[in-house]
Amino acid sequence: MATTTQREPGSDGAAPAGAAIALHGVSKTFRSGQGEVAAVRGIDLEIQRGEFFALLGPSGCGKTTTMRMIAGFEEPTSGVVRLAGDDVTGVPPNRRDVTMVFQSYALFPHMTVFDNVAFGLRRRRVPAAEVAERVGAALDLVELADRAGYRPARLSGGQQQRVALARAVVNRPAALLLDEPLGALDLKLRQAMQIELKRIQREVGITFVYVTHDQGEALTMADRIAVLNNGVVEQLGTPAEVYERPATRFVAGFIGTSNLITGTVARRDGEHADVEVGAGGHVRVRTATAQGERVDLTVRPEKVRLGTAEPGPELCRLRGTVEEVVYLGSATHYTVATRAGAAIVVFQQNAHDAQNLAERGSDVWLSWQPRHTYALPG
Amino acid sequence: MPGPSGTSRAPYLLVLPGWIWLAIFFVLPICGMLSVSLMTGNVIDGFGFTGAVGNYAEALGGYWEQILRSLLYGLCATVLCIAVGYPMAYWIAFRGGAHKATYLLLLLLPFFVAQVLRAISWKFILADNGVVLGPLKALGILGPDAHVLSTATAVVCGLAYNFLPFMVLPIYAVLERVDHSVVEAARDLFASRTQAFLRVVLPLSLPGVFAGVLMVFVPTSSDYVNAAVLGGTHNTMIGNVIRTQYLVNNAYPTAAAITFVLMAALLLGIFGYARALGTEQVMEVQAR
Repeated sequence: MATTTQREPGSDGAAPAGAAIALHGVSKTFRSGQGEVAAVRGIDLEIQRGEFFALLGPSGCGKTTTMRMIAGFEEPTSGVVRLAGDDVTGVPPNRRDVTMVFQSYALFPHMTVFDNVAFGLRRRRVPAAEVAERVGAALDLVELADRAGYRPARLSGGQQQRVALARAVVNRPAALLLDEPLGALDLKLRQAMQIELKRIQREVGITFVYVTHDQGEALTMADRIAVLNNGVVEQLGTPAEVYERPATRFVAGFIGTSNLITGTVARRDGEHADVEVGAGGHVRVRTATAQGERVDLTVRPEKVRLGTAEPGPELCRLRGTVEEVVYLGSATHYTVATRAGAAIVVFQQNAHDAQNLAERGSDVWLSWQPRHTYALPG
Repeated sequence: MPGPSGTSRAPYLLVLPGWIWLAIFFVLPICGMLSVSLMTGNVIDGFGFTGAVGNYAEALGGYWEQILRSLLYGLCATVLCIAVGYPMAYWIAFRGGAHKATYLLLLLLPFFVAQVLRAISWKFILADNGVVLGPLKALGILGPDAHVLSTATAVVCGLAYNFLPFMVLPIYAVLERVDHSVVEAARDLFASRTQAFLRVVLPLSLPGVFAGVLMVFVPTSSDYVNAAVLGGTHNTMIGNVIRTQYLVNNAYPTAAAITFVLMAALLLGIFGYARALGTEQVMEVQAR
């Protein structure tokens, strides 16, 4: 047996024993009237036991298709899906030890909350006394014990959401698959449910696979995130890794706000390069781009400092004019037009020592630590 | 003058023609029929209202057999319609894809032909030496005396055939609205295909089945065309009796009394069925 070390996904074909879910070279092509549409194109993933794993991407990126292949509602066109190390090709959904929380909740409208939650246990012929006990515990977990006799139509959206969650969790599956479960809720409820979901996941210790297009949700809740675009994994990593070091232009643009800066490599120095950006702009970055070539750089708005004094020579720097000041209470957002042409967004915390740093139209220096800049591949 | 009160009255004004229609063509005739059913007399001397409850005794006593047979035939035709129509509705709703409308049109196409003509065609098809029985007899699969016409089977099949769309359409309408993810949820929660159907799809489609039963059982039980064309002397339905009493014997009070007895029997049957199913199954339970 292999040890439970975490490997680079896709580095070899065999799943380590610790992976609850493994996808190897999984592709899915749908045939439509016009021809073939590739929804998923060669995904390799390993999701560990007890992990809160997010599949993040815009609509049409293949994240839902990926989840449906894990659940058994779609079969991969090529590649292998493994659950706890077993190849589940051709195994129908009712014989897979994963349960899904549907975006539309998909509660059974003709059954009470209790019967909805008990559905999976009864199909598995769990004795009635145990069903009552486990359903009771699951409804306690989602704080709906007093609604057991209600029909779903009498519950609010948030309550229905929690019933859907209880109905899936009560079966103690190896993994829970959540398909945009909070998408239909309003902002405040969604934020409350995010915390709630994290708590439930901690309490039951089940692997969560969470499909979402909301990068905030993924960053807040997930242990690891796979960013999907056009049916491929653009980046796989912890929220901090994905946010701080976007691997591709797509990730940089999709997650959070990113400033894109284009410059020319003026001088190379080992692994690093000094990049000239417009007049007086100077950025130091780790890149393999050759001298004289153009390079795309990215820096997060909250890493940039805004000031009137010229920054020290060790810092990356740009010169610009404040175009927009948006005061948000705890922070202020500035939009700065730089000499290089590109507008740079700057988030500044309104901390105790912060003053009104700049006004519309004033000339400022922008500076940041070189380690916060990343060169984006072509 | 249009005003706030005028706009709120609009729905009532719009529904008024419906109420007037019902009053003129349902309430008035039924009251007239009720009074006719309590009359005595004959065509030559005329009829007079005498409060003759005896007409009902005659209707029940003389024709209970035909009434029971009609209800039985109606029931058999209804069950047959469910057996044939439910899978059709299911298939069109879940597998029809982009061609649902075409399939529904195909289902209805035979009914653009007049009902009497269709019954006569059945008579031709089922004739003792017709296109079906002839070859079977020639091959020796059936005996030379085998026949379908003039049997209860022929009448029930004719009824079921003629009222099939009234079963398929309401079931289709309900199935078409069943959220597919609910079926997937059942499959995901360890239900086999059969269990998912029995526990989720079937209960959700019961309002449609109920509507279909209503629309098939009531008219088939009081139908007379199929029994007249496809049945024999032993398959007379109450519709045939009423028709004969009214149009041949001119026994209007008797015909009216039988009609009310039939109505009462049908209403009792339907209410019994609704009670047995439970009101929640009869009403829509679909959460939207």
